[in-house]
Amino acid sequence: MIIDAQTLVKTYELGGSTVRALDGISFQIDAGEMVAITGPSGSGKSTLMHILGCLDQPDSGAYFLAGENVAGLSRDRLAETRNRRIGFVFQTFNLLPRMSALENVELPLLYAGNHNATEPAIEALRTVGLEERMRHEPNQLSGGQRQRVAVARAIVTDPAIILADEPTGNLDSKTGEEIMALFFSLNAQGRTIILVTHELSIAKRCPRRIHLYDGRIVEN
Amino acid sequence: MYLVIIIKVALKSLYANKLRSFLAVLGVIIGVGAVIAMLSIGAGARQDVVGRLQSLGTDLLMIRPGQRGFGGVMTGTHQNLKKEDAEAILKDVPNVLAVSPVVQNKAQVKYYERNSAVTVLGAAGTYFSARNFEIERGRGFTDGEVEGMARVAVIGPTTCENLMGQDDPVNAVIKVKGINFKVIGVTKSKGDQGWFNPDDQVIVPYTTAMRQLFGMDRLSEIDVQGRPGADLTAIQDDITSLLRQRHRLQEDTDNDFNIGNQAEILATLSSVTRALTILLGSIGSISLIVGGIGIMNIMLVTVTERTREIGVRKAIGAKDRDILRQFLFEAIFMSCLGGLIGVGMGISVAKLIGAATQFTTSIQPQSVLMAMSFAAAVGIFFGYYPARRAARLNPIDALRYE
Ligand SMILES: Nc1ncnc2c1ncn2[C@@H]1O[C@H](COP(=O)(O)OP(=O)(O)O)[C@@H](O)[C@H]1O
Ligand SMILES: [Mg+2]
Repeated sequence: MIIDAQTLVKTYELGGSTVRALDGISFQIDAGEMVAITGPSGSGKSTLMHILGCLDQPDSGAYFLAGENVAGLSRDRLAETRNRRIGFVFQTFNLLPRMSALENVELPLLYAGNHNATEPAIEALRTVGLEERMRHEPNQLSGGQRQRVAVARAIVTDPAIILADEPTGNLDSKTGEEIMALFFSLNAQGRTIILVTHELSIAKRCPRRIHLYDGRIVEN
Repeated sequence: MYLVIIIKVALKSLYANKLRSFLAVLGVIIGVGAVIAMLSIGAGARQDVVGRLQSLGTDLLMIRPGQRGFGGVMTGTHQNLKKEDAEAILKDVPNVLAVSPVVQNKAQVKYYERNSAVTVLGAAGTYFSARNFEIERGRGFTDGEVEGMARVAVIGPTTCENLMGQDDPVNAVIKVKGINFKVIGVTKSKGDQGWFNPDDQVIVPYTTAMRQLFGMDRLSEIDVQGRPGADLTAIQDDITSLLRQRHRLQEDTDNDFNIGNQAEILATLSSVTRALTILLGSIGSISLIVGGIGIMNIMLVTVTERTREIGVRKAIGAKDRDILRQFLFEAIFMSCLGGLIGVGMGISVAKLIGAATQFTTSIQPQSVLMAMSFAAAVGIFFGYYPARRAARLNPIDALRYE
């Protein structure tokens, strides 16, 4: 068991009213699983992903990542956890501008204190089939290519879990398919993959689905 | 590798906002330039003053007759310094190396058909070394010549040029007030001092000047040279009590003479010029601090603009200190770049001022170094707050920032 979420609650104050983005969510995910998280807009999917990715903390409840309670970690240890255990893929790619694809992919290794970042970064770009574009900057790449770079960046530190929040949301269906194929092959290599999607066709192909509604799990 | 990325990102982001970065750096350029230019003016003034005073001799006490007068109204000068006073000082005051009685007057000097009205100075042979005169051609006078009232003269280079043009001055004969003097030496030029010109005078033995030229029995001045390393102030005190005794002054009367202490004047003037340097330096430093505030302002804007980028970096594993380093480096880079350009500007401005105005400027390597390190310190100081602000952002807040 790599992820153990116990009654996670996250609320936001918005103009006097309280929004319960997560309303007591519990589930477990084993290493090597591929899980789709579905649900209507505003149901709390992104909020959940941010907590799983150690970018945010729940108001109450406990989150154990590989047996470790995340709530007790310092800012530095959280940064290390994000760096080593988690690879995050965003809907909007979030590549750094004015840096080449290669430099973007090297960055997590450099933050890990790894001085020989170039070789593994090229290897990761090869995995996503983009090594001949590695000198290009993000604004010289198409949406699908950018998302491939983002995937390469997510896998370059060889993390146990890959979190993807609507990775195909900004892509046309053909390039979306290519990105999905990439995730399936990464899962076949043994990586745990959790992805948010609202496309039923994609969710149907995932072995396990978690459906959220108003911050609660309605189907697991 | 890590450093390379930091530098690359810094350069690219500064380059992406060229005008803005330049304006932020401009303050530091002006600040560093101002510090260097100001300090060079201060140091130049100092060297100027010290140099002028040193050329007059620094281990020197100059005794002059006091002003005669009552209630602040000066009615003339006491004529009370005698040759015997000078001899008593040499005999009775400890640590005195040499004493030169001096008499001074204007006189007409003639060489064949050429005339010139110059200052004629009567002095002893020790006068030259005490006043830091070097003899460029010929020699000074001997004790024998002074005692024997010889008609010999040492002339300044300007006088020499005016009277004799290209003629060889040594052993030439000039007429001072109609009396023949043999020129035995020419002093080396010291440059015009403003209040008098040591290059345009005729120096003769004081004995000759008193008896044969001017018929004076009182001295215009007594120059006393202390032994090397001796305390001039102590000598000054001893001379004061000796002269008061010789002049039979009552306890409650003022001195009828003045003693000028070159070392004291030098100390006062150099502390004045030091204060001036500090003042000028502080003015420059203030503009440097204003430059630092400019950098801080731009860094705060940059951090806000790049909030999402900071979020992404944190999401892929950047620690607080990684973000801190990145932005701190950018601030320091800007201030050091400004510092370098400012050094160039400061040096050029100092040279320009030195060439175009009467100020002497002297560029001090240590002030360049100081201004440079001050610029770097300004970068660290004013860059730290924006960088820390960036480092402390929450990853999710930064990522969601629109
Ligand atoms: N930073 C925030 N401040 C206020 N409300 C928020 C914030 N983030 C999310 N929410 C609210 O929490 C709920 C869940 O949001 P989110 O997790 O983004 O949903 P999803 O990704 O499923 O569309 C929404 O009602 C949203 O408005
Ligand atoms: Mg969402």
